[in-house]
Amino acid sequence: MPAPIRLRELIRTIRTARTQAEEREMIQKECAAIRSSFREEDNTYRCRNVAKLLYMHMLGYPAHFGQLECLKLIASQKFTDKRIGYLGAMLLLDERQDVHLLMTNCIKNDLNHSTQYVQGLALCTLGCMGSSEMCRDLAGEVEKLLKTSNSYLRKKAALCAVHVIRKVPELMEMFLPATKNLLSEKNHGVLHTSVVLLTEMCERSPDMLSHFRKNEKLVPQLVRILKNLIMSGYSPEHDVSGISDPFLQVRILRLLRILGRSDDDSSEAMNDILAQVATNTETSKNVGNAILYETVLTIMDIKSESGLRVLAINILGRFLLNNDKNIRYVALTSLLKTVQTDHNAVQRHRSTIVDCLKDLDVSIKRRAMELSFALVNGNNIRGMMKELLYFLDSCDPEFKADCASGVFLAAEKYAPSKRWHIDTIMRVLTTAGSYVRDDSVPNLIQLITNSVEMHAYTVQRLYKALLDDISQQPLVQVASWCIGEYGDLLVSGQCEEEEPIQVTEDEVLDVLEGLLVSNLSAPVTRGYSLTAIMKLSTRFSSVNRIKKVVSIYGSSIDVELQQRAVEYNALFKKYDHMRPALLERMPIMEKTATNGPSEIVQTNGETDSTVLDTKHPPTITQPPSQGNDLLDLLGGNDVVPVIQTSLPTKPPSAGGELLDLLGDLSLTGAPPPAPASVPSVPMSQPPFLLDGLSSQPLFNDIGTGIPPMTAYNKNGLKIEFMFERSNPNPNIAVITIHASNSTEADMTDFVFQAAVPKTFQLQLLSPSSNVVPALNQGNVTQVIRVLNPQKQQLRMRIKLTYTYKGSPVQDLAEVNNFPPQSWQ
Amino acid sequence: AKSSRSNTVRQGKLRLQKWYTATAERDKKKMVRELMQVVLARKPKMCSFLEWRDLKIVYKRYASLYFCCAVEEQDNELITLEVIHRFVELLDKYFGSVCELDIIFNFEKAYFILDEFLMGGEIQDTSKKSVLKAIEQADLLQEVCDVHLGLL
Repeated sequence: MPAPIRLRELIRTIRTARTQAEEREMIQKECAAIRSSFREEDNTYRCRNVAKLLYMHMLGYPAHFGQLECLKLIASQKFTDKRIGYLGAMLLLDERQDVHLLMTNCIKNDLNHSTQYVQGLALCTLGCMGSSEMCRDLAGEVEKLLKTSNSYLRKKAALCAVHVIRKVPELMEMFLPATKNLLSEKNHGVLHTSVVLLTEMCERSPDMLSHFRKNEKLVPQLVRILKNLIMSGYSPEHDVSGISDPFLQVRILRLLRILGRSDDDSSEAMNDILAQVATNTETSKNVGNAILYETVLTIMDIKSESGLRVLAINILGRFLLNNDKNIRYVALTSLLKTVQTDHNAVQRHRSTIVDCLKDLDVSIKRRAMELSFALVNGNNIRGMMKELLYFLDSCDPEFKADCASGVFLAAEKYAPSKRWHIDTIMRVLTTAGSYVRDDSVPNLIQLITNSVEMHAYTVQRLYKALLDDISQQPLVQVASWCIGEYGDLLVSGQCEEEEPIQVTEDEVLDVLEGLLVSNLSAPVTRGYSLTAIMKLSTRFSSVNRIKKVVSIYGSSIDVELQQRAVEYNALFKKYDHMRPALLERMPIMEKTATNGPSEIVQTNGETDSTVLDTKHPPTITQPPSQGNDLLDLLGGNDVVPVIQTSLPTKPPSAGGELLDLLGDLSLTGAPPPAPASVPSVPMSQPPFLLDGLSSQPLFNDIGTGIPPMTAYNKNGLKIEFMFERSNPNPNIAVITIHASNSTEADMTDFVFQAAVPKTFQLQLLSPSSNVVPALNQGNVTQVIRVLNPQKQQLRMRIKLTYTYKGSPVQDLAEVNNFPPQSWQ
Repeated sequence: AKSSRSNTVRQGKLRLQKWYTATAERDKKKMVRELMQVVLARKPKMCSFLEWRDLKIVYKRYASLYFCCAVEEQDNELITLEVIHRFVELLDKYFGSVCELDIIFNFEKAYFILDEFLMGGEIQDTSKKSVLKAIEQADLLQEVCDVHLGLL
């Protein structure tokens, strides 16, 4: 049997492949050879073969058949075998596969090996990938090595202990005695890893933290070490660009942060050294700035005196002027964190921050924008808004939506005058109108309604904007609504703020009808414009023209439009006596909270937060849509991810719905504050004309008679489904999930996700909380709405994730036992 | 607390990867693909940090290789750049003016160096000399082991 081809030879050969197919062929051939070599239990060349396998694995080819071979290598007495074996174990095995447990005994032996490099391999492997079981079994060995005088092993044992504690937090106590004199070591490796270990312990356990503060007097020790580093002369072994062991300095500063947090005495004890580091550290290279950065983070987080805090903010201010964009980036990030607590100090650097809006780097621009919005206040609103609007004009599309939202929010809070406010809104709508979030539209309308004295000015400006450009939908929608509402002011030329324009009723109707036929108009926009035309029937005299338009759209292909037109027609005929009252001027709308675009109240008392929930500015750190993750994990293509937004079109209900409402105003159950304007409400939320009424579970009766079901019951987590049928839309099932936890510990970060087959549509509202308390002390509830137009049998796949006793838990389940009444 | 992995990437080809959190093979592949796309799309004028999923990515390009580290929210990005630089220095000292081919043909040695430098994402020893000496000694042990057999 010839010796298997050498590793480097194989690498060379594979690299000569000119196509993917050629490479695959070579790999398959070699894998076959390796497999037969494994079968023959060839000890001599096992490590060569595994090494080759690892190379092929890195190229993306499967290598699981080598897992056991790695274990054999680890068990061998040859150092080369162990080296490759442990490497292989770290690359090919993981704690999800039971086979990894076979390593435990070998590691145990190797932890006690006579050669420190073998002990090192074992510690490294355990410290990188040890599972909780392995850690439990071997913690004692690690603890022993933590007490050795061999600094090579001691430093590794410390980091291994960190991993053990992360995996099995209950074991933390046993390492406590060994930490006693760790910091009196001279060896920097041991010092560094010890600080990491102490940090881990202090972060995890308030008791430990308190113990280290009070009993061990950790702060003075750390201060002493840090001082030595700074004051000591040149030490070639640990020097980086003239700074002595910056890695250790940074780690110490971080531990000091944890010790000083919320503790006056500790904070005081570290005050001087922090000031010293802050003022003496060389800033010409990245390494010095890294230390300064950590120092600033510490100063801001502990109970430092104000002088020190100002010093820290000023460092950040200087960072902003640094040529190195990395430095500018961290400065902006840090300033963003402190802008609430140290607002005035950060304000001093406002102009530098605003300059960063013009930076070339997209991450820097984004942070500068966020920070700028955080710095806007009543005093600087005019100046800041100028800069931000300029930014809005010229920024990348990815920023426009967030910037527009920010401008609206800031304007709402600090507008110096109503006129300024309207002008600002106009500016955003006309320059970035197509990027404005859909949920801004109702919010803006509400704002406009409330600025009573500006109605004439507003409608005039909006009308003029429409004459210029009808492509930006949010602008067009707001404008249509206003014209419908205040069209009378427009034609009577009542504007005081600026020169009133001369416009006739026909011209106004021309514009609105133009929107109806234009192919630039979205369906929603058409809805707005038809409603506006209708409203003008009580404000204009050209009622016949309006009647004609409305009747034409009674046969529109667009179902939404058709429905409206039919109902408005009825208003002209059978219910003409009610028309003036129904279409009269809107009252001022109440706001529930001044939280900006995400809140809105419909005047019939029902809030529909589901529409707006998901339209928050996505932070860059947001993971990819939850629905997609679920889909990936399930791998199937017959399920549709959860749609977190509202359904764009509603199935048409029987045409007489609106009329029913008119006939009996108490149907909704919640008395509207302005009884005459009930149908006007849908006009500000056109797609939800009937949705707001029909799918609210509120007025669905309790006695639907659909029995609840247990959808999931495992490991103490129980999820029950309670059903309601949505009335009058029988295609929508409303399910309320109740999650309860019978175990002894809370389940935190609880997330419930669901996916349904393609013929269904699913909407998930916000959960009541994300902690399921232990021992059934409370439930997490969440509402799911399922649209099932084809009346198919309801099936669902659910994914549950939560954190339990420090470890993440995840489970998937199929729910198939839905009672027939829930979908028939 | 650091929970990071580092990998070395060339125009879409992975040369080294280290994971410090238990992750399924399929997810690793997916993440690596995504990450490569994101990092390779960066222009030279951009800063070395970006947000990805719920982590921060610190990356630096050395000749034809990108070195990327995924770190947690509370980690110091600037010192992470120094960690990357230290690793490259170690490779450089070991291989003598290291280039990509060295890492391709001696990937296992690159791993050995990485595993002597970092454990669980944290630095084991801040002394370059100390790390290199340990590798040297281990290599010697290996030689003694295979001197007659030419094992690898």
